[in-house]
Amino acid sequence: MGLKQNLHTLKEKYKGTKMAPAFNAIHTFLYLPNEVTHGGTHIKAADDLKRTMNIVIMALLPCLLFGMFNAGYQHYAAIDVAKGITSEFTVLGSFLTMDNFWIGIIKVLPLVIVSYGVGLLVEFIFAVIKGHEVEEGYLVTGMLVPLIVPVDTPLWMLSVAVIFGVVIGKEVFGGTGMNILNPALTIRAFLFFAYPTWMSGDKVWVYDAVNRTGTADAISGETMLGTYAQNQPANYDLWEAFFGFIPGSVGETSAFLILVGAAILIFTKIGSWRIIVSTFIGAAVMGFIFNQIVAADIITSSSKFYGLMNTVWYEHLIIGGLAFGAVFMATDPVTGSQTNKGKWIYGFLIGFISIMIRVFNPAYPEGVFLAILLMNVFAPTIDHYVVQGNVKKRLSRTKVKTA
Amino acid sequence: MSKDIRIKKGLNISLIGEAEQTTTQHATGGFYAIKPSDFHGITVKLVAKEGAEVKAGEPLFYSKSDERILFPSPVSGKVTEVIRGERRKVLAINIAANATQEFKDFGTKDAASMSAEEVKNHLLASGCWPFVKQRPYDVVANPNQAPKAIFVSAYASAPLAADLDYTLKGKEAELQAALTAVGKLTEGKLHVSVGKSANSPFSNLKGIEIHKVSGPHPIGNVGTQIAQIDPINKGEVVWVITPQDLVVIGELLLTGKFNITRTVALTGSQFRKPHYVTVTAGAKVATIVKGNLDNDNTRIISGNVLSGNHVKEEGFIGYYDNQITAIPEGNDYEFFGWNKPVFNKISTSRALTFSWLTPNKKYDLNTNTNGEHRAFVVTGSYEKVFPLDLYPMQLLKACMYKDLDEMEALGAYEVAPEDFALTEFICVSKQPHQKIIREGLDLMREELG
Repeated sequence: MGLKQNLHTLKEKYKGTKMAPAFNAIHTFLYLPNEVTHGGTHIKAADDLKRTMNIVIMALLPCLLFGMFNAGYQHYAAIDVAKGITSEFTVLGSFLTMDNFWIGIIKVLPLVIVSYGVGLLVEFIFAVIKGHEVEEGYLVTGMLVPLIVPVDTPLWMLSVAVIFGVVIGKEVFGGTGMNILNPALTIRAFLFFAYPTWMSGDKVWVYDAVNRTGTADAISGETMLGTYAQNQPANYDLWEAFFGFIPGSVGETSAFLILVGAAILIFTKIGSWRIIVSTFIGAAVMGFIFNQIVAADIITSSSKFYGLMNTVWYEHLIIGGLAFGAVFMATDPVTGSQTNKGKWIYGFLIGFISIMIRVFNPAYPEGVFLAILLMNVFAPTIDHYVVQGNVKKRLSRTKVKTA
Repeated sequence: MSKDIRIKKGLNISLIGEAEQTTTQHATGGFYAIKPSDFHGITVKLVAKEGAEVKAGEPLFYSKSDERILFPSPVSGKVTEVIRGERRKVLAINIAANATQEFKDFGTKDAASMSAEEVKNHLLASGCWPFVKQRPYDVVANPNQAPKAIFVSAYASAPLAADLDYTLKGKEAELQAALTAVGKLTEGKLHVSVGKSANSPFSNLKGIEIHKVSGPHPIGNVGTQIAQIDPINKGEVVWVITPQDLVVIGELLLTGKFNITRTVALTGSQFRKPHYVTVTAGAKVATIVKGNLDNDNTRIISGNVLSGNHVKEEGFIGYYDNQITAIPEGNDYEFFGWNKPVFNKISTSRALTFSWLTPNKKYDLNTNTNGEHRAFVVTGSYEKVFPLDLYPMQLLKACMYKDLDEMEALGAYEVAPEDFALTEFICVSKQPHQKIIREGLDLMREELG
C-alpha cells in the first residue's frame, strides 16, 4: 500500500511537468493506472497495448533463450571443426550447457541491453520533448532487434542503428502507430547498408570468428543460405535446420521455436494468422516455381542461381529468416495491411518476394527483411484497393435501386 | 410474415445486476429536469421562462431550426430554474412538480382515420416529435423529409438492458395505435424487430413487418437491424422510434394526454435489489434509487454501460432512457495489472485473459480504462464485434482527419455513435470511438446538411 500511495503522490506532483511522461512510463509499468472512463463506454475490455506487446515478448523469449545457447554452441562447434575434432551431438550434452549459455550471456545479453537501453532512451527523450506518453511499441522492437542481427555485431554499431531506426523509422512519423516501416527492420536495413561486411559473409555468424581471422585459430561458420548461394551442398541436415542448431542471426535459426511463438500469437489472437499462413504459402509457391524451373532444365548447375533455386521449396521455409520474418515481423499491425483481405495479399507477396530476392541476390541471400520493408510501403495501397471494393459495393447498392 | 435475421459478429457483455422482473411505482412530485443535451444537435429557443407554470405536455422550448418541433414538459409544475452554461447555452430546465398532475388535453384521435399530414402535425403539436429520430446522423428527425422506411427495435441486447417484452407487456393497444399512426409517415415499410424466441407484445400487431432477430449484441441496436434489412444509401433517410416512446405516442392518441412515464430498469452491481421502476422522464436520480443504491465510489449511468451518460445522484434521468445502471468506479491502481493473468474482466483476446473460458460468467466490471490512451495499433479486432458491412477503423480514421468524401464513401450515413460502442469497449488503444463518430457525423451534417 505504501508504495502505491507514494507513487500516486509523486504522480500528482509531476502532473503537467515536462518529466511527467517519463515518470508515468515507469509508474504504469508497475501499476495499471487509476484512470476511469469519461464519456463513451463506461467499461472497457481488459486488454491494453502493454498487455498486447507483453504477449509478443513472451512469444519471443524461447527464441532468445535458444539463441543464447546457440551462440555458444556455434562458437565451440566451429572451433572443433577447425581443430578437426568430431563429436557426437546431443541436446543436453553439447547444446544446453553452461559453457554455451555463458557465451550467450556475454554476447547476446549485451545486445538485448543495448537495444533496449538506447531505444528506450530515445523514446523517453521524444516523449518528454513532445509531451506525450511513452508508447509501448519499442518493447517489442527492442526485443526483435537483437534477434535479427549476427551475434558478433559490435555494440556501438547496434547503438547507432537503433538511434537511426527509432528516430527515422518511427519518431519522425509521430511515434508508435504512425510509422510506415517496421522499426526493427529499419534498424536491420541500416546495419546492412551501412556496415555490409559485418552483416554477411562466413565470419559474423559465429562468436569470435572475426577476431580470429588470419590467426592460426581461425574459425568460420557459414549459414545454410550462404552455402547454397555458393552452389555447395548443405552442411546441415533438415532436422538440424528445423530445430535451429545452425549458424544465423541470433534468434532466427530455430524454426521450431518460431512456430511455438506463432502458436502463442495466434492463440492469444494478437498476431494475424492470415499474414503468417499466407507468407508461408507465398514463399512455398515461389520456391516451388523455382524448383519447377530447375526440373525443366531451364537453369542448370552451371548457373550461379542454381544452388538456391534447386533448394526444395519446404526447405526455403525453414532456413534463413523467413519463418522469423513471417511470424514476428510481417505481423506488425502498424506497418502491415489492416484489412483481412489485404492481409492475405500482403503476406503472400512477402513470402513470394522473399524467396525471389533470396534466389536472385546471392551476394546477400537474405531477402526477407527487404521483402517485408517493400511490402510495408505497399500495405496502404493494398488496403486502399480492398476498401475501395467495399465502397464500390456500397455505391452499386444505390445504382440497383435507381435502375 | 416474419423474417429471421441472425448475426455472428458481436459480443455479449454479461454483467452482474440484471433487473428482477418486479415493478415498483415511483412517486410523482419532486424535481424534474429536461436537458437539451439529450436532443443532440438541437438549438434551444425557450418558451417557458423561469417561474412559469406548465402542464404535462406543454412545451418548454422549441428547436431553433424548426419551430414546429416542440419539447414538452414531462410533468405539471413550475419551472424553477433555467441553468445556462457558456454563451448562455441552456443546459437544463428544472421543474418542481405539483402533487397532482394536470395534463394538457390534446384530444383523442382515431389513428386509422388520420392522414399522414394530420399524424405529423399532431405529433409535432403534442411534443411527441422528438421521439422520431433519423438516420443518418442520429438526431431528431427533420419533419420536412420523407423517410424510406421506419424502424423499431423491440429487442434490447445491450448489457443489462431492460427486457422490452416485460416492460411493454399489456401495452398492445397503445403500441397498435402508435404504429398505425406512425406507419402513415412513410411510403415504405414499418419494420419491427423482436427477439427470436421472445414472446413480444408486437407479435400480433398489424401493419408492420416483423423481423425475428438473434445473435450477440449489437443485434438489438437499430443500426444493425437497418443494415441487415434495408441499408441506408446516400440521400436516403430512415426514421427510428423506440418501442417505449411508441407507448407514449399511443397513449396520447388514445387518451389525449402526453404521459411520458416508462418502466425503467435499475441495473448493475451497485444496486441492492436490481428491479424495474415506473418513472416519468426527467425524474431526479436520487428519488428513483433511494434506499437501493450503494453509492460509495459508484458510477451512476443513465442508460446502459456502453452508450449511457454519466449522471450524479443529484442529476436526472435522460429523456430517452429506460435504464439506470450503477457500477463501481475503477479509480484505483492495480499492481502489475497490465501483465498478470486476468480472470475478472472481459476480453476478446486470450492475452492472459481468461474470459473466453467462461462465456456464461457474469462479471462485475468497473469503470477503469484498463490502460492508457494510445494511437491505433492493433488491427482486425474491431471487425469481429462489428456486424455492419463497412471498415470500422478506416471510418474512424476518416472522421479523425475530417475527410468528408471518404467518410461518405466508407458508409458514415449508415452509422450512429452507438454502433461503435463495442469497438470502443474492446479497443486496445482506448480510443473514444463514439465521440469520434459523433464529431464526424456532426461535421457532415454541418457541411452536407
